[in-house]
Amino acid sequence: MCAISVSEVTVKKKSVEILREVSLQVPKQSIYGLIGPSGSGKTTLIRAIVGLQRIDSGNIKVLDQPAGSKTLRRKLGYMTQGASCYEDLTVLENVKYFSSILGSGVYDVGRVLKVVELEGIENRLVSKCSGGEKARVALACSLLGNPKVLIMDEPTVGLDPLLRMELWSFFKKLASEGVTILLSSHVMDEAEKCDQLSFMRDGHILISGDVEIILKSTATEHLESAFLKLSMGSR
Amino acid sequence: MSLKRILATGKRVLLQLKHDPRTVGLLLLVPTFLTVLLYFVMYRERSAYNRVLPELLALFPYTTMFVVASVAMVRERTKGTLEKLMVSPIGKVDLLLGYALAFGLMALIQALIAVGVSLYVLGVNMAGGMVALLVTSFVDAVSGMALGLMLSAFATSEFQAVQFLPAVVLPQSLLCGLIVQRNQLPFVLHLISDVMPLSYAVDAGLQLGRYATWNFQLLSDLGVVGVFAFLSLGFGAVTLKRSNH
Repeated sequence: MCAISVSEVTVKKKSVEILREVSLQVPKQSIYGLIGPSGSGKTTLIRAIVGLQRIDSGNIKVLDQPAGSKTLRRKLGYMTQGASCYEDLTVLENVKYFSSILGSGVYDVGRVLKVVELEGIENRLVSKCSGGEKARVALACSLLGNPKVLIMDEPTVGLDPLLRMELWSFFKKLASEGVTILLSSHVMDEAEKCDQLSFMRDGHILISGDVEIILKSTATEHLESAFLKLSMGSR
Repeated sequence: MSLKRILATGKRVLLQLKHDPRTVGLLLLVPTFLTVLLYFVMYRERSAYNRVLPELLALFPYTTMFVVASVAMVRERTKGTLEKLMVSPIGKVDLLLGYALAFGLMALIQALIAVGVSLYVLGVNMAGGMVALLVTSFVDAVSGMALGLMLSAFATSEFQAVQFLPAVVLPQSLLCGLIVQRNQLPFVLHLISDVMPLSYAVDAGLQLGRYATWNFQLLSDLGVVGVFAFLSLGFGAVTLKRSNH
């Protein structure tokens, strides 16, 4: 069973194809990685899946519903690029606001703060938080209401290796609890941690599969060299 | 529409202001400062001051709330929080009414201080009472705010949003009857001033300066300003898109 199914999606901006016949299937309860250099179309694809980007052709379904449909607004957690939240509010005020929008209740606020280990700094202004704390605030807001699907655009960008490892341990834990995670990254060492991957370049998916399949079909030993080989070949 | 989400958004906007005391100070005290400044500028022309002050008290909330609301919404767009909200169950109208609630409340406090100082410290004679002045300020503020929220869709940065003040509000304040009475304007300009909200907002101020009772003219002025607010919020909701090309 697929949580997210994208088939032959094309997005044009001013007659330039940002996405070109992109297809992918995200199995339920897995971590799926969109890997590719900046400008490869990862953000556009993610925005299309959450329903913020209109598509010119193709079809996107999330939990068997068309992308952007009303019923998905409670089932889908979305963490934007740059971990958006209100910088001029405290950690707690941010989480409380998004919780009241979802109607997820007081208990849920405490729960997500505990999950991302932000207890103790609830009353700190987000503008005074470190990069890693900000990422966790945004993650906490996305986890409100227990979403079945969590979609994150470069959640670990700009963070040091230790913080990245911390966030990844949250992601693994969530996946083990039954959440489907789709995330984008341009860091190869994160690709290895995903159950399934798609390599993107110039608005197109070069290859999809798990690490083993990708290494085997490219006859390489590392994802980095697999990606380079595929990129060269596609030129 | 959901009352709970409107209230939550209003509370959130007020909390944001609470963490920014300097903005709150400027927002609440600048109109009073200008009122006092003009009092001394026109020290030898007391009757003219008495005539023009109620009109200015109508102009201040319109202008200040216009800028604050448009910058706040541009911020919401550029920082990605709007995207986050558009993926959530909140309605576009809920968001806009939440803003209206928070800034409307700020406008009331702003007007309370300015009107209070004018009436009781400066001893200005205004026929209209405190309540009528506050209602007028509130309606003007919400209308200015609604226009700011709507126009913020056409600004891609806070710089641009601030420039809408001289571009949109200053022409209105030249045409609204404050400098030259509207019926003395050239025909075309008079027609233009007929369809500008500030003309009615300032005329409401004029009525308050002259008459002690709620007359028909005042009520119809406020009605027109209210309709402009309603239309701006409506267009504002249209410009908030859940998905873009």
